[in-house]
Amino acid sequence: MFSQHLVVLPLLIPMLAALLQLLPWGEEPQRYRRAIGIVSCIALLIVAVILLLQSQQGPSVYALGSWQAPFGIVLVVDKLSALMVLLTAILALPVLWYACYGEDNLGSHFQALFQFQLLGILGAFLTGDLFNLFVFFEILLISSYALLMHGGGKQKLRATLHYVLLNLTGSAVFLIALGVIYGITGTLNLADLAVKIASLQADDAHIARVGGLLLLIVFALKAALLPLYFWLPQAYAMTTGTVAALFAIMTKVGIYAIIRVFTLIFGEDSGASALLGYEWLWWLGLGTLAIGALGVIGSRDLRLVIAYLVVISVGTMLTTFSMNSERSITAVMYYMLHSTFITAALFLIADVVAKQRGKTASRIVKGRKMAQHAVLGMMFFAAAIAIIGMPPFSGFIGKLFILEAARTGAQVALLWPLVLGSTFLVMVSLSRAGSRMFWHTFDGKPGDISHPKGQLITIGLLLCAIVGLTIFAGSISNFINGIAYDVMHPASYIEAVLGEGYSHE
Amino acid sequence: MEALYAVTVGVLTACSIYLILRGRSFPIVIGITMLSYAVNLFLFSTGRLVLNQLPIIGNQPDYTDPLPQALVLTAIVIGFAMTAYSIILAVRVRGELGTDEVNEPNQNDGEAQR
Repeated sequence: MFSQHLVVLPLLIPMLAALLQLLPWGEEPQRYRRAIGIVSCIALLIVAVILLLQSQQGPSVYALGSWQAPFGIVLVVDKLSALMVLLTAILALPVLWYACYGEDNLGSHFQALFQFQLLGILGAFLTGDLFNLFVFFEILLISSYALLMHGGGKQKLRATLHYVLLNLTGSAVFLIALGVIYGITGTLNLADLAVKIASLQADDAHIARVGGLLLLIVFALKAALLPLYFWLPQAYAMTTGTVAALFAIMTKVGIYAIIRVFTLIFGEDSGASALLGYEWLWWLGLGTLAIGALGVIGSRDLRLVIAYLVVISVGTMLTTFSMNSERSITAVMYYMLHSTFITAALFLIADVVAKQRGKTASRIVKGRKMAQHAVLGMMFFAAAIAIIGMPPFSGFIGKLFILEAARTGAQVALLWPLVLGSTFLVMVSLSRAGSRMFWHTFDGKPGDISHPKGQLITIGLLLCAIVGLTIFAGSISNFINGIAYDVMHPASYIEAVLGEGYSHE
Repeated sequence: MEALYAVTVGVLTACSIYLILRGRSFPIVIGITMLSYAVNLFLFSTGRLVLNQLPIIGNQPDYTDPLPQALVLTAIVIGFAMTAYSIILAVRVRGELGTDEVNEPNQNDGEAQR
């Protein structure tokens, strides 16, 4: 009974938690709200682990209201979704814990918005049809609009306005894409689409391809691919540390959507629409990588540097994905785990650093010593090594996977110099930031703002996740190989949703 | 009917794109609202345009597709919430920054300060 409804729990838990948090809790509501939030995140973590173990036996399908696919709405957990759910759950707990030390008091309803944000993200990972992907995108967007504004301030306001207007236009394009695809195929279920699109001929296939490319535009906007990344640096650099850390998963939602839709529906076996958009992803990904590296070297604010590091990671992942092999999917997934944790950790470190430095904040200039100078310096050093991709941390292994995934001469000739060149620029930029902010400080007494140990521990936890990724790289990459196999051979997914024998028609 | 419908959607979309490309928040919000009307109409038409039919199979020889209607309803609700939010946001931006320009008028100065 319980295990049957396991699939829907990652949606119910944050939704219930958010509704409970919205209740009036008397004199000191924040205490109760924090407790509910933390309990919800722990519960999510447990459910995510169980789902991951369960997904090893093949995809499980949850038909809402028992209406069967392709007519009903289904949630599907295969290995890929299960891993993304677990990634979100692992990220959410330390970030929320960090926020509970007072940052959630900066604006009203932070706690509830946080849970709604999780609901949207998890829903996007679990849903089995395109229209609900749109609905969950909207849920995560509307809470992200409010979260971006958290704390107020003029700079934030303008960055939020850009973000909101861009994403509203993006949503409209998403709906147009859905309309085009529905008009041709008569379905929006992912598995059913995979079957129907593959059998389209001539003119119909052309229209379906238009729909597919429109979808690519929307997902690229979410993921922040080259011509559509301009909203990201300002938005991420202006908002509070916690929100930026949580948003480390947001670009990954876009990347997940690209991986899901463009392997399942527009993958190798899709007849006239096969491998739609892969060429675009390759070139635009490389461009994003280059632009991100230039942004990193050109930024004079630590948070802006980290925001551009997000852009680099997006470029790296989508370029690698477009090489379309099991190896490249493995590389993308491993790098995704690594980059989510490390970006979140870096955003939190930058937040602490900015507060402790006082007036100079996170600008990369000479400033006064911080109260917890040594600890912060160590954490920044470790995080910098990890994100640059130097041994011994997971960044190194991730980059190794990516470089190995390039097979043909042309791929090697373009990917290697760009990945290694951007690594070099990131190294220069982060060493400059580190030495300015941690070594070249003014003499005299350090600042008097210090952070509670618990808050630093949460950052430590995220860094521990990086160490874990490094130590267990072998078994994790084995598991990810399984994901890559499933992604490249979607028949098991289609059969799980539509029943036996459907995919062979 | 199809031609009139298509022209309506096209004109709405064209006007909305013109408005969205303006540099002030009010026309942009109006443009986005108009775009969502166009999109809703377009979504509605994806089930093909049928006159005087029930969305039920079996009672009569012909029927109209109920799914786009459900999709449009959802899209309208979501679009309504989003429009409300963007209007409030635009008003606050106008109030706090004293201008409804979407981009900073002196963006170069801002870049130099950072």
